Amino acid sequence: MKVLLGFGGSQASVDALERTVDRAVAAGDELTVALAETEGATHDELAEQVEKTVAEADLSVELREIAGEPASELVAMAESEEFDELVLGGNTTSPMGKITINSTAEFVLLNSHVTVTLVR
Amino acid sequence: MNSDRRYPDAVSGPFETPPLEFADREDRSIEITPYDGSEDEFDALVEMYTAFDPSDRAQGIPPGKEARVRSWLEGILADDCLNVIAWDGRTAAGHSTLVPDGDDDFELAIFVLQAYQQAGIGTHLIESLLGYGDEHGITKVWLTVERWNHPAVSLYEKVGFETTGAESFELEMAIRIAAETSDRDSD
Repeated sequence: MKVLLGFGGSQASVDALERTVDRAVAAGDELTVALAETEGATHDELAEQVEKTVAEADLSVELREIAGEPASELVAMAESEEFDELVLGGNTTSPMGKITINSTAEFVLLNSHVTVTLVR
Repeated sequence: MNSDRRYPDAVSGPFETPPLEFADREDRSIEITPYDGSEDEFDALVEMYTAFDPSDRAQGIPPGKEARVRSWLEGILADDCLNVIAWDGRTAAGHSTLVPDGDDDFELAIFVLQAYQQAGIGTHLIESLLGYGDEHGITKVWLTVERWNHPAVSLYEKVGFETTGAESFELEMAIRIAAETSDRDSD
């Protein structure tokens, strides 16, 4: 399966990366990670973060940089390049423990024609 | 959460403060008291939340399993939080909580057990929690609510919450329960 993961460097996206890498190794998925500078980290820093996680797992991953509106760029990339699944770590938890879905995840869920997995 | 949250200029309240007692619309005698920190009250809340109808969950809380309910309660019943419980005898019928968000503001949540809903308990529970919060020097309170949860949104509006964010799946609402005081400990 061709899997595209959106990665911005937040803890949620790190968790999503770890889960997706584990799954890709187990299932033989082809994983592409789209790096988006949404949390203040640069593309280079994000790439380094991803490579570190992936190195431990022995999986080759394609890295892509996205600019502009990350949510719409992700959806466009997933559709035009015929990915089977789009993965996001798209939620945060409030002090109360309520799950809130960030705007990137919300846009992707509502607009993607590719199956979306939101990692919690 | 974001520290630039918008709050109404107007101060709401004053609100009733716990402890208080009233007859609900089903004529049950309900008492609202602050959480006393005891194991008995903790366990009564565990019992309430494990009996909670899953269709009344909101944004993932209360969690579904007893172990998760316990660890979630440990967080929101901690010393830096404020909690009030509505009692029908020894049964916890409802619970409302204020949890600090690290920005001087508090996040509010309220839960009423299904058998006790639409009996006027929620209104007393939220008002007495806000009164209790005011007594403890809290000035600003916010919450999120699923936009289709009309009974909850009307309850929040009735006590003075205003919608401050509507661009997401959830509505964000906020209330000011006291004027900012300059002599308050700042950090």
